Amino acid sequence: MSEHKTLTPAQRDDLRAIAAMIIPASSEYKVPGADDAAVQADILATLGRDTAMVSAALDHLARLAGKPLADLDPARREAIAKEFRASGGAPAATLTRVMLQCYYRDDRVLRSLGLELRAPFPQGYVLDQGDWSLLDPVKKRPAMLRRTSPFEAQTLK
Amino acid sequence: MNKSVDVLIIGAGASGAAVAWSLADTKMHILCLEQGDWMNSAKYPSTGRDWEAKFYGDWSTSPNIRGRPEDYPINDDNSPIKVVNFNGVGGSTVMYTAHWPRLHPSDFKVRTLDGVADDWPIDYDALAPFFEENDRMMGVSGLSGDPLSPLTHPPMPPQPLGLSGPLIGKAMNKLGWHWWPSDTTVATMDYEGRARCINLGHCTPACAQGAKASTDITYWPQALRAGVELRTHCRVREITTNEDGMATGVIYYDKDGVEQFQGAEVVIIACNGVGTPRLLLNSVSGRFPNGLANSSGLVGKNLMFHPYAQIYGFVKEPTDSNRAPPTCLWSKEFYDTDLSRGFVRGYGIQFGRGAGPVFEAVASEQKGILPWGADHHRVFRRLNGHRLAVSAICEDLPEEHNRVTLDPVLKDGHGIPAPKIDYTISENSRKMMDHGLARGREILEAAGATDICSNDPIPWGGWHLLGTARMGTDPKRSVVNEWGRSHDVKNLFIVDGSVFVTSGGVNPTSTIQAIALYIANQMKQRLANLFD
Repeated sequence: MSEHKTLTPAQRDDLRAIAAMIIPASSEYKVPGADDAAVQADILATLGRDTAMVSAALDHLARLAGKPLADLDPARREAIAKEFRASGGAPAATLTRVMLQCYYRDDRVLRSLGLELRAPFPQGYVLDQGDWSLLDPVKKRPAMLRRTSPFEAQTLK
Repeated sequence: MNKSVDVLIIGAGASGAAVAWSLADTKMHILCLEQGDWMNSAKYPSTGRDWEAKFYGDWSTSPNIRGRPEDYPINDDNSPIKVVNFNGVGGSTVMYTAHWPRLHPSDFKVRTLDGVADDWPIDYDALAPFFEENDRMMGVSGLSGDPLSPLTHPPMPPQPLGLSGPLIGKAMNKLGWHWWPSDTTVATMDYEGRARCINLGHCTPACAQGAKASTDITYWPQALRAGVELRTHCRVREITTNEDGMATGVIYYDKDGVEQFQGAEVVIIACNGVGTPRLLLNSVSGRFPNGLANSSGLVGKNLMFHPYAQIYGFVKEPTDSNRAPPTCLWSKEFYDTDLSRGFVRGYGIQFGRGAGPVFEAVASEQKGILPWGADHHRVFRRLNGHRLAVSAICEDLPEEHNRVTLDPVLKDGHGIPAPKIDYTISENSRKMMDHGLARGREILEAAGATDICSNDPIPWGGWHLLGTARMGTDPKRSVVNEWGRSHDVKNLFIVDGSVFVTSGGVNPTSTIQAIALYIANQMKQRLANLFD
């Protein structure tokens, strides 16, 4: 297993700042933002093989912002975020994906979505049979399987 | 020094397992070398809270992303469709959707019927008994009587329609188009030691319940009980030959990385449509300077993928999301040639039930329909758990410029040259994909879907690796004969998707395994004069 670099303190600050812009906290839905300490800790703990790409994304963000993202005024910060999303390429996509995969497994977020706080296995889920009568019109279609001779295309199987 | 064996099989996936099991009743000494290990279902993604995240890393379908020691890298930079596979006992049956259609009888007569590509040297009837045998061995669920598909006899009832199935069914009925519950290798009842499906939902990266058939839990236990030997963590570098041009065995690296020679009377390759040409091209010698079994020059050529044109949208009603196997229905409405559509041949459709929250968030953000900022939460709640997907699985016709070669630089962990893919989507496939997307949009709109997006092609959609060592009766136009034996090396057989002449418009695993069983049966019938 190769060693993965960790993010610098400045990169962590920018990560937290951009996370708050991607997914802000919501009192309406009773969810934290992606800048929440637990979500951020999960991101840092599980970066693993994505560290280099996320680091590259944050370097790109730092170049666009020119100073810590949190220090910009709101309008400028918004403009930088938009530019980052548009120009960040695979590194920005990786950063966003890593953030989303940690955010959408947070207990508070899953609870707000009405999802159970558990792994799929071993309990699984119940699946209704559904309305099989919908298949009746299809069953009434004649059996048509293309024959293997060019002179008998479209005949009964 | 390893004791020489009667039959050496390379690869323990879909076809290697089937051929090992079938040949076991000959009581020959059969050995299979597999570069991966046995799987441990207790470590499968759906056992953990981070089940979705693993799909982007250790359990990615792409070997290049996954990068396990068992994997080998693939240079697919020059292809819009990236190769996906899995290496281990069970091979890519560990990591597939379990969708289980067969090639149609007409798929074996493409030249005769439509004047393109080539006819197969065998027909559907030759494979029919082996399709049935394979369905019993893998354990298939489904509903017999589909009016537009070959007759099947699934031993288990179909998966429930759930929430998504009726939404699709109503839309298809509104349009007057065919749909049918898919045959799948998901056990809907306890079957041959496998527990029934409990809807873990995350089927593709391995089934912790064991309800999804993979050959590590279907064929292999029976093959081992019958005396077949399976040696794991053994990566074959090359097949060796003697002065008579016969295969003598293989050179492989064992679990400690030590080079070994394993002698064999018969060598069977079951490494898939990329791994098999890679091995043949790496097996050069004075007698075979262009690679083994390659006098036709066709080893690695005619690679077929099945370009997938996927379109999806979001309905008001809840869908099954991640709480059901991902596919449950198919359509053959556009399977056969209709030249008024502007292309030859056709495509199957497979329908997707939905996705889990992480996948939905990532995919929708990337498509730009899930915003950043304050509106993120409202939009996500409208999308999550409401997705329906339609995928046209387009028949890819063979073209020699679509090929597998050896990368001049890239190597695997043992220093063996890695495969390089050069592939373009043909004009015919492009038109077929456009047609599939247009019909998919009609289906989704009939279901009331909005926010419609497409993946065209699905970039990491190279599941089906076909055609790179095609079968045929003419040694100048094919690599193996009509029963899988190399034209050039009379004790060398290929049993995987490489031997496909054309690809059909359906997932190929059922047909790959039927062919493996058919070839094994041919070998058993000809044991007395196998090398004549």
